[in-house]
Amino acid sequence: MHIHALDSYCPGTSPVHRLDPRVKLLLTGLFILTAALLPEREWGAFGVMEGLVLLTTLLSRVGLLRVQRRSAVALPFALAAVTAVFATPGRVLWTVPFLGGTLSITESGVVRFLSILARSYLSIQAAVLLAATTPFPDLLWGMRALRLPRPLVAIVGFLYRYLFVLADEARRMLQAREARSAAPDGRGGGTVAWRARVTGSMAGILFLRSYERSERIYMAMLARGYDGTVRTLSPPSLRPTDWIVGALVGGVLGLILLWGRM
Amino acid sequence: MLFSTLHPAPILMHIPDGFLSPMVALVGWVIAAVGVGLALWRSREALGERQIPLMGVLAAFIFAAQMLNFTVAGGTSGHLIGGALAAILLGPWAGILTMTTVVAVQAILFQDGGLLVMGANITNMAIVACLVGYGVYRGVRLLAGERRWGLLAGGFAAAWTSVVVAAVACAVELGFSGTSPIGIALPAMAGVHALIGIGEGLITLGALALISVARPDLVEMGRAKAAGGFRWTLVGLAVALALTLLSPLASPYPDGLERVAENLGFIEAAQEAPYTVIPDYTFPGLSNEALATIAAGVVGTIIVFGLAVGLASLYRRRRAAEA
Amino acid sequence: MSALREGERPMEACVEVRGLRFTYPDGREALRGIDLTVAPGEKVALVGPNGAGKSTLLLILAGLLHGEGEVRLFGEPLDDRNVKRMRSRIGLVFQDPDDQLFSPTVFDDVAYGPLYAGLPEEEVNRRVAWALSQMGLEGFAERLSHHLSVGEKKRVAVATVLSMRPEVLLLDEPTSGLDPRARRRLIGLLAELPQTMLVATHDMRLVAELLPRTVVLDGGRVVADGPTAEILSDEHLLEAHGLERP
Repeated sequence: MHIHALDSYCPGTSPVHRLDPRVKLLLTGLFILTAALLPEREWGAFGVMEGLVLLTTLLSRVGLLRVQRRSAVALPFALAAVTAVFATPGRVLWTVPFLGGTLSITESGVVRFLSILARSYLSIQAAVLLAATTPFPDLLWGMRALRLPRPLVAIVGFLYRYLFVLADEARRMLQAREARSAAPDGRGGGTVAWRARVTGSMAGILFLRSYERSERIYMAMLARGYDGTVRTLSPPSLRPTDWIVGALVGGVLGLILLWGRM
Repeated sequence: MLFSTLHPAPILMHIPDGFLSPMVALVGWVIAAVGVGLALWRSREALGERQIPLMGVLAAFIFAAQMLNFTVAGGTSGHLIGGALAAILLGPWAGILTMTTVVAVQAILFQDGGLLVMGANITNMAIVACLVGYGVYRGVRLLAGERRWGLLAGGFAAAWTSVVVAAVACAVELGFSGTSPIGIALPAMAGVHALIGIGEGLITLGALALISVARPDLVEMGRAKAAGGFRWTLVGLAVALALTLLSPLASPYPDGLERVAENLGFIEAAQEAPYTVIPDYTFPGLSNEALATIAAGVVGTIIVFGLAVGLASLYRRRRAAEA
Repeated sequence: MSALREGERPMEACVEVRGLRFTYPDGREALRGIDLTVAPGEKVALVGPNGAGKSTLLLILAGLLHGEGEVRLFGEPLDDRNVKRMRSRIGLVFQDPDDQLFSPTVFDDVAYGPLYAGLPEEEVNRRVAWALSQMGLEGFAERLSHHLSVGEKKRVAVATVLSMRPEVLLLDEPTSGLDPRARRRLIGLLAELPQTMLVATHDMRLVAELLPRTVVLDGGRVVADGPTAEILSDEHLLEAHGLERP
């Protein structure tokens, strides 16, 4: 077990990996937007989009299973949409007895629920692919190139860098707590409230260490000439392949949307 | 085993893509852009060139602190979300900025929360949580004067309220999107997060207690960065009030919940939408409609909560098996 | 060694400190009157127990803390106007490489100094390649800092400073936390560097191998200053200040 398991990047040299991060960011955004704008019950269009994702996954060689497994993280949220099944007006399919009354499941409710799931699952697969085929630092300069506020991107860069350092510290603190607690499964003693407060103390210690670290980092930056501005090298220019792939995939997504909304 | 405890714990409030309508997602982005823009500018004024390293490392702190968990019961565990703690320690603007980057990295790196709906998630977990949390905190501290219980009670109340109100904002967005009728989503989200909020409150309190002993100057850092205590309380109240006013409108199918209530036999005849801000019943005594709405909400909560617990335990078992 | 009479200062001593005092905001006195001169090309060890003031002295020399007393770098008194220029001539390597390496990738970190010095992009790229090769890190540019071993991090940390082409290197505990092999590698690489060096360390073997002159600090004062061989053979001195022979 190592904290590196947190990193979702999956190294490789596939055409998907080599595509310019700006193009990948834009295409991922466009893909998710297309899924969101497609009307309900456009199963054909949803199917074509799934085909697009699977094709890209195969091209990227990060593994179909890996992408599917990571995509499953959004599933628990689906229950937020479950209520749509019996709260959307429409033709009644089934009535289920419930707490003395009945709940009626409507056809349009089921369609709505399934459409939400389809959009959600398509979007998350695209996001998983983006993270799996693009090193985070490349995403950072991609974001900068797409005109996100530079200080904000710089802060995200620091978050990414120190996430691993501080997560390691958090892990050591948890290990130390587990080493001292008598219960084998870390249940520990005391009441729930007491355990929560102890966790709070750990968070407090972590805060103090983080704060002191930020002061040392600030000094390390000053020592190398930091003056409050954000400076970076200019990004490389897009290759012809990037333009072609961007235009092609963008065009296909446009066609899917047109087809779905006609 | 430790791997599963260390993986960024999924937070119920991270809305994935697909669950919000494009219109709601757009509104979320507009609010987020304005809020984050203001936060960038104001925290820059307060922190100067330290802004970038300080915000970046403390955002990483919030991220790592979310991994510190404690056992509640039956294998479930609680952990920090952090909006109120960030706002109290750093001031509301810097708090918003740190939480925004946390939400963004969780979405981009771990797909915890969607990309198109990121604006809405930033609105809930960064802007609403920090403004409301900070407002409550300053309110309690004003009441308590310089006494220590003000810090602890203020921290607890701020954390609890920030989580619950952020959950309400989430429910309102789901309602406007037609994903889940507001009458079910709101009590369900608020109910679940009223419990989660207790853990949040206790962790926040524990953290503040420790920091106030070890480095009292740092607890006041946020205060120095945001003058005008009472104004912040008003801002927090205004955000909470705006959400309350919005929630009755938050449904493209205003009759959705009514239908459920009707089917369940709670309503004989529902002539009017039960979502008016001030329902036309007379005090004292609630009308049947209002009761029916509440009853339907409770039923919805039970369904959703039951499903949530079931799924969570399945999910946890799989995680444990993987590790 | 420091037998310098008045008016006989060496031309342009790199570092010249007179009566330097420093008190932390919490009232702790870290330095209580330090005198130290380092000539160009000298390699000086700064040893002494924890809390002796070694790191504080390095931070002041890098212009990151302000003490009382006289600090002259390259013949000029250090002040707010020239501090930025001085920092490019004096490279400080922090003890914890996780503080020093604050960028996501090795390239970004090594390029940081040259970039903020306002150098053109081709020059920045050249400097990065050169600094990495100096520390035996060819091919590391695209690596992520958090994926490096401690030994690699320490070497990258030195490279981030070398890319600024400083004349003086201030190193704080360069070998702490390294396993024997990584430590050997680092000492070997440091031995190749031509820069003037001031190295704060507990590693007495590093001192014996790399640094001909040793300054012993204790309680914020210089208690000994002389050739390393002499100081390391003075058992009373070493014992009195909590040091051990290599």
